[in-house]
Amino acid sequence: MQAKPFSPAATAAPVDYANYPDEHGRFGDYGGLYVAETLMEPLAELRDAYLRLRRDPEFIAELDRDLTHYVGRPSPIYHAERLSKKIGGAQILFKREDLNHTGAHKINNTVGQALVAKRMGKRRIIAETGAGQHGVASATVATRLGLECVVYMGAVDIERQKINVYRMKLLGAEVVPVTSGSKTLKDALNEAMRDWVTNVADTFYIIGTVAGPHPYPMMVRDFNAIVGREARAQMLHQYGRLPDVITACVGGGSNAIGLFHAFLNDREVKIVGAEAAGDGIETGRHAASLAAGRPGVLHGNRTYVICDDNGQITETHSISAGLDYPGVGPEHAWLKDTGRASYVGITDNEALSAFHELARSEGILAALESSHAVAQGIKLARDLPKDKLVLVNLSGRGDKDVHTIAAREGIAL
Amino acid sequence: MNRIDRCFAALRAAGRCGLIPFITAGDPSPADIVPLMHALVAAGADLIELGVPFSDPMADGPVIQHASERALAKGVGLRQILDGVAQFRTSNDATPIVLMGYLNPIEIHGYEKFAEEAIVAGVDGVLLVDCPLEESAVIAPLADAGLHRIFLAAPTTSETRLAGLTQAARGFLYYVSFAGVTGADRLDLAPVRARVAAIKARSPALPVAVGFGVRDAASAVAIAEFADAVVIGSALVAYLADAPDARIACDRAREFLSPIRTALDARAPRHAV
Repeated sequence: MQAKPFSPAATAAPVDYANYPDEHGRFGDYGGLYVAETLMEPLAELRDAYLRLRRDPEFIAELDRDLTHYVGRPSPIYHAERLSKKIGGAQILFKREDLNHTGAHKINNTVGQALVAKRMGKRRIIAETGAGQHGVASATVATRLGLECVVYMGAVDIERQKINVYRMKLLGAEVVPVTSGSKTLKDALNEAMRDWVTNVADTFYIIGTVAGPHPYPMMVRDFNAIVGREARAQMLHQYGRLPDVITACVGGGSNAIGLFHAFLNDREVKIVGAEAAGDGIETGRHAASLAAGRPGVLHGNRTYVICDDNGQITETHSISAGLDYPGVGPEHAWLKDTGRASYVGITDNEALSAFHELARSEGILAALESSHAVAQGIKLARDLPKDKLVLVNLSGRGDKDVHTIAAREGIAL
Repeated sequence: MNRIDRCFAALRAAGRCGLIPFITAGDPSPADIVPLMHALVAAGADLIELGVPFSDPMADGPVIQHASERALAKGVGLRQILDGVAQFRTSNDATPIVLMGYLNPIEIHGYEKFAEEAIVAGVDGVLLVDCPLEESAVIAPLADAGLHRIFLAAPTTSETRLAGLTQAARGFLYYVSFAGVTGADRLDLAPVRARVAAIKARSPALPVAVGFGVRDAASAVAIAEFADAVVIGSALVAYLADAPDARIACDRAREFLSPIRTALDARAPRHAV
């Protein structure tokens, strides 16, 4: 095994989380660049271009303009007073990423990557999508920049996210159904990677989560980190202090790392990620890579994966397509191992009841993905006194999920 | 001496172009692994690439994806494959065997354990598609045990990386003829010829095998003009795919490979510069 660049015991000064990944794209033992030879040079070009652009004042100004005037940032922090009172514990606050253009945090990343694609002179955008939120966000930015857009989506996900599929088509994107493997997000990612390896000269692959080969986990995190930077400043401004606990749902982990990153060096802030426990981790039908997986290599990075004893990636289950993924971003794997964050499972049923609880008490329909975070936020708040603050990333809105929820409850629309 | 080195030394001495068939281990049926390997040798294979099926074969086109899915559905894993190689070795101690696949099955099996078992079974080299040179520290136990680490080079590989690859390569360098997945129909010979010539100028002693897009005798012969070996994968896997039993699978393997062998051998011997 390679030497660990980070060892808590041997480090006198506390680790500065802002300094990761290292130049090889590693977060401790995780991350890296596990791809076929053909992609090594394109990934190096992307890394170099991105490292240059992230310090380029013109690029930063253009990104800021888009985030303000197109995405609608900053998103507010909302105090869910009625919900908090009902729960009877700590105060529950929501970072309202659901209010962004296209309805989720995903647009923060696609706006950024599309600007990188434009600067790199690419004319074609490809993306993978699970719930369809990233696909919609990719189609949105591609059409705005006049770029061709192809979105790969598992056939199973196409079935359960019909509204988003149609939204992508309305935005001019081609949606390609993926019928290999489990026909979900992981297979869509495989297929997008195959497209990229074939059309690498003119195509930019917008990965939607903080996984994949370096520099994606870093780049996608950086573009989503606006969520935590804003939230941190808003907390100080609105409440005069940082939250006691922050939580977010974790599939690949982009909204979670987006919220967590700015707080990593604030050791007094507790960080909890909510993974999809599906029918329950003990049933084996879940997508909780960190809580129930093991270190392995998938989709270009070393991270926690859900696989059998032969190293074959196994099928996952979650009611939410966006969390139905057998891997997780390498930075989360590292945060778990260092103990800076903890990761727990939320079942389908817990997420659904949190969805209803939030709808009835606050008038907000959360995405099923985000409902996992809401459920975890409620659990955390319940055990804390009233003067504590629990900040939950409400990463997306639930309009896309009303069919799934209705079907689950036996209601024909 | 590793069987791969012996094989390429003999090919070079005879001025012959090596023929490397790829099959997905366990497809069409787990019972076919050993008989198919013998059939391939009988039909003129110089080295066999045995694909280790993986659930998420990111670099493979539909033919090998489906072959992997079929093999996995029948429960094929490293254990059966290593057993197959060991059984093959009881009557063939000459033909080199390279296992080709992805990292995770070996990672989960354990690198040291795998290396030891592979050597005992009679494996000669390993090609891990998703483990580039930069990450190869993890697979050091494989080389330590005596397995040749086969590297890929591609049209997109920079000169700087090529220098590192040719230096690290053992056995042979596998040149991927185009940017794409296995089995695609994108072969354009002129740039492949130029790149292989550049690799040979850099390291004359390192054999270069060319794969991706080679599907028949004509394309194999064209590549034999400048490469030390040709790799044929998807076209063969597709040809075997629906063979109902081992005997028919072996007949098909011979039917497919023999004409290619004959065409390669009809060429005048080529001697390395």
